[in-house]
Amino acid sequence: MSYLNAAHNLARWLVRDEHIAQDMVQEAYLRALKYRDGFRGGDMRPWLLGIVRNTCYTWLQQNRRREDEVEFDEERDSGGGDAIIEQAEGNPETLTMRKQESLRVNQAINALPTRFREVLILRELEDLSYEDIAVVAAIPVGTVMSRLSRARALLRVALQHPEGGKAV
Amino acid sequence: MEKDTELGDLIRRDADYHAAPQALRDRIDLMLAPTPAPQVAGNAGRWLEWRRWWGMGAAFALGILLSVAITTLHGLPGTQDRMVEQVVDSHVRSLMVAHLSDVASSDQHTVKPWLSHQLDFSPPVADLTAEGFPLVGGRLDYIDGHPVAALIYQRRLHTINVFVWPLRGASASAPESAARRGFNVRSWSKDGMQYWAVSDLQSAELERFGQLLAGQPGSQRLP
Repeated sequence: MSYLNAAHNLARWLVRDEHIAQDMVQEAYLRALKYRDGFRGGDMRPWLLGIVRNTCYTWLQQNRRREDEVEFDEERDSGGGDAIIEQAEGNPETLTMRKQESLRVNQAINALPTRFREVLILRELEDLSYEDIAVVAAIPVGTVMSRLSRARALLRVALQHPEGGKAV
Repeated sequence: MEKDTELGDLIRRDADYHAAPQALRDRIDLMLAPTPAPQVAGNAGRWLEWRRWWGMGAAFALGILLSVAITTLHGLPGTQDRMVEQVVDSHVRSLMVAHLSDVASSDQHTVKPWLSHQLDFSPPVADLTAEGFPLVGGRLDYIDGHPVAALIYQRRLHTINVFVWPLRGASASAPESAARRGFNVRSWSKDGMQYWAVSDLQSAELERFGQLLAGQPGSQRLP
């Protein structure tokens, strides 16, 4: 198995831009090779994702994107996922509905502050354990759990009140 | 959506999973391409690209290797140590890139001809599914500047890379184990072929795998 999909998925959700996400992954892979002696065995995935995450954070800091400064981007959030098209089973009405739903969820997650967005993505989309998330985000396991709980609460609010989704 | 599991289901169903696009796979593949010897490099551009990316990395790795060698050697001679480093590097590369296998097949009768076609030797490909080590595929790789066969086996969630090439001048050697950067390495030779297995499997399991592959249960000693 390889870790490129997970690396790209995390980078893409963190920087919220396809081209930058690809640059981040490439840079992270170079760093991983350079500092591969820092890998102490066990599962390589959290170690590698940690490097991807740090690379993205460095970029985010340098580019001083304000957390709440996420403007509407139809292309980014429109949810062209194959899974949705498959689930719709060729029914155009279902497809439209599913795309709208996907747009809504993508937007709500993208509007979350980075530190909440990252734990949510790692847990729900990458299926990482609390321990692995703690390694990736370099925080204690207790913080992972509290952040995850806060992230879920924020997401619920955003999904229920799409207009006022910035209630942080 | 009251429960966390329901919210999780909603996210998995409706949020995009951004799998790596092919363009990124190609970029990373190029960046991490193994080190072909210049005379066998079919694609000079790829080689040059590799050198551009890796000039510094190689120097760095060599520095690390030299400084760490003295403290981490487990009685292996210098060339062996260099080989351990190389097979671990190849293993790590194969895990990091999308490109684990050139030919993905659990059928030894598919993998073997494919590899034979790419190489000037025919690597033995064994089916160890019954023993709990299913074959996943094969790949062309480069170790020590020579093209080698890489066989990929799986043990539960662990990947095992087995590098195989004909013994070059050197005489057959007894099985040896080593550890490097959290990976275990096992080497042996048999019937004119040199084998290097590397994995994050624990040492005892990798040893057992090596014995199964060598077709000799129990301890294996070659002259």
